[in-house]
Amino acid sequence: MATTAEYRTCPDTGLVFHRPAETLMKLNAVAGIVFLLVGGVLGLLMGLTRWPAVHLLKADDFYMLLTAHGIDVLIFWIIFFEIAVLYFTSSVLLKCRLATPRWAWLGFILMVIGAVTTNVAIFQGKSSVMMTSYVPMAAEPAFYLGLILFAVGALIGCFVFLGTLVIARAERTYGDGSIPLVTFGALTACIIAIFTIASGAIILIPTFLWSIGYVSYIDPLMYRIIWWAMGHSSQQINVAAHIAVWYAVAAIVFGAKPLSEKVSRMAFLLYILFLQLAAAHHLLTDAGVSSEWKIFNTSYAMYLAVMASMIHGLTVPGSMEAAQRSRGFNKGLFEWLRKAPWGNPTFAGVFLSILIFGFLGGISGVTMGVEQINLIMHNTLYVPGHFHATVVGGTTLAFMALTYWLVPVLFRRDIILNGLSKFQPYLFGLGTAGLSLFMMGAGTLGVPRRHWDISFADALLKHAYPETAYLMLALAGLAAILATLGGGLFILQIVGTVLFGRRKGEQEKSPAPIIAPQVSGNLRGLGVGGVAVPGTLVMALVFLTTFILYYFVNWKYLSEVWPLK
Amino acid sequence: MAITSPSEKLWWKEPIERVELLWVALALTWAIVMFLMMPYWHVYGKQNLSNEAYRTTPEAFGKKVEAMVAQYTVRKETAREYPVVAPPAGSDVYLLGRLWEWYPILEFEKGKTYRLHISSMDWQHGFSLQPENINLQIVPGYETVITITPDKTGKFSVVCNEYCGIGHHNMVGKIYVK
Repeated sequence: MATTAEYRTCPDTGLVFHRPAETLMKLNAVAGIVFLLVGGVLGLLMGLTRWPAVHLLKADDFYMLLTAHGIDVLIFWIIFFEIAVLYFTSSVLLKCRLATPRWAWLGFILMVIGAVTTNVAIFQGKSSVMMTSYVPMAAEPAFYLGLILFAVGALIGCFVFLGTLVIARAERTYGDGSIPLVTFGALTACIIAIFTIASGAIILIPTFLWSIGYVSYIDPLMYRIIWWAMGHSSQQINVAAHIAVWYAVAAIVFGAKPLSEKVSRMAFLLYILFLQLAAAHHLLTDAGVSSEWKIFNTSYAMYLAVMASMIHGLTVPGSMEAAQRSRGFNKGLFEWLRKAPWGNPTFAGVFLSILIFGFLGGISGVTMGVEQINLIMHNTLYVPGHFHATVVGGTTLAFMALTYWLVPVLFRRDIILNGLSKFQPYLFGLGTAGLSLFMMGAGTLGVPRRHWDISFADALLKHAYPETAYLMLALAGLAAILATLGGGLFILQIVGTVLFGRRKGEQEKSPAPIIAPQVSGNLRGLGVGGVAVPGTLVMALVFLTTFILYYFVNWKYLSEVWPLK
Repeated sequence: MAITSPSEKLWWKEPIERVELLWVALALTWAIVMFLMMPYWHVYGKQNLSNEAYRTTPEAFGKKVEAMVAQYTVRKETAREYPVVAPPAGSDVYLLGRLWEWYPILEFEKGKTYRLHISSMDWQHGFSLQPENINLQIVPGYETVITITPDKTGKFSVVCNEYCGIGHHNMVGKIYVK
């Protein structure tokens, strides 16, 4: 058993921090934010290059930096931050010492070495292969090696998390009940992460050996199938992790109790069972893969993982509504929402994250993932439009929201320029939502992704995209600037706080409670017409109606193109 | 709260909220409808991908393209002298992608059906027929076969929409429909 000197109790939240875990959380979160900074700046350059009137970068720089942009934000930022989330949800929420801190250090060091190695390889200019690095296009060996080292480090982090769960259970640090729902969500993310990393190892290790000449041939179709078992699943880690963050923020801000533990946990279980099938989303127009395989996998067996996301989309705001109503905001459909703390970046960020992830990311993803509808969207700008809504508007915004709460608790410092915090989620959320929408709009007009010049100025044969496509790209560029302002403000405040924020010491108490007291779970007498959370139900029905309309409109678009079979 | 252990130790015995039951039922129904739409479209829809594909090699596929070009070229276009190939309706038509062009230019008749074979000679490419917006992944070593029936006349472009190196944005092909 660790000694008490290794623990600190936060005077504001009552949370108990194991010091080695605390250090590792800080390091992983800070490393993540460094890569968010790099990747975010590159993202702005992408937006300004694809805006035809600006067309900022030269072609070779554009492709090189697009490779770096994808890897730095989609992999390095997110997974560093997720390791911090894993340590928080295990060590802190279970009041338990972190298992094998030395291994956790090793994992962190490997991740840093790997991330730096891959970045160096990319910035040397000979590995502009995009994040997907489809064979037989080859990158420098260091590109693959860096990713492998990073993956090994992340895998160690996953096992440290699992080890901490085992210790907490054995030592009954959290009583003899079940683990908290948020930890359960993090466990879901961890299980998906292990599947992801295993897939990555299966494909990247042979590809690395191929790049140095030990393997003569990698089948490009097999590469696509297994690479996407990593590439898409890694984004499913994000889904599980950011939904765990949604639940955490509902508890922190409102003292909310889940409507029912059973339904929310079942929904996470559906993720574990079905979410990884989504590798198929990328193979819907590939030769040599049968329709039966595509239909089963692209629909996560039978849209069971989509159903799970729809459940979380109801239960998270539903638990917020229930908590607000039991605090007295019980009038009409939406008093609870009007009186919500919209100036608190932790709440506003998560609420916008729910809306952007659901309405923009979720609906577009399912529609694009229909076997046949994918024909009119595959590899167009619609695809990055979709995943900027899920990964930037959904995951990144939720992580930012949590960070505004976590940094003062973890670093014991006041957020600098705190008056600006209330604007951050709106700048970043609206910018990202606009970026996603306009990219999707350009995609439906046929504009390709990963393309330097849609005016085809130097091409022998040309194609003229409609003027609307140029307008969409210009609007996407403007939205990227807005999102960059929001992202820049976040990084300025967080890095500034970590370095220069006023220290609070270990005793000083915050004037306002940092975790809201828990509300009672009794919903009797709340709501309207016998429905305890009518506002959330109305929003959910609006969502479902939008979903159905958008889904069938795209079948209509599909029916208008050349018949093919 | 979600950040603490469930307040009811036997949480799996708690009743489920009615709103949740209703929503799960709606979501499940919608999931089943969406799932059935895909097989439905295979039977009744007109835009489906075939499951017809072959393993091939750049050499073997290139020979088929050249044989077609030799037989059915009607004219040449641009300084590059691209052959414009007008194969008979119903025949097998070959299109190859390579760094950085689609070859040859094809000419179809509206309302007629063609068996279009596509493959790559080198890296992966993306067949993106514009402005129709039909998009296919083209993988070297594999030959995709689609049976298409152009139902509009005009000049169509084949833009490459899979990144294939520094000349990617110059890779454009043409398909004419008379």
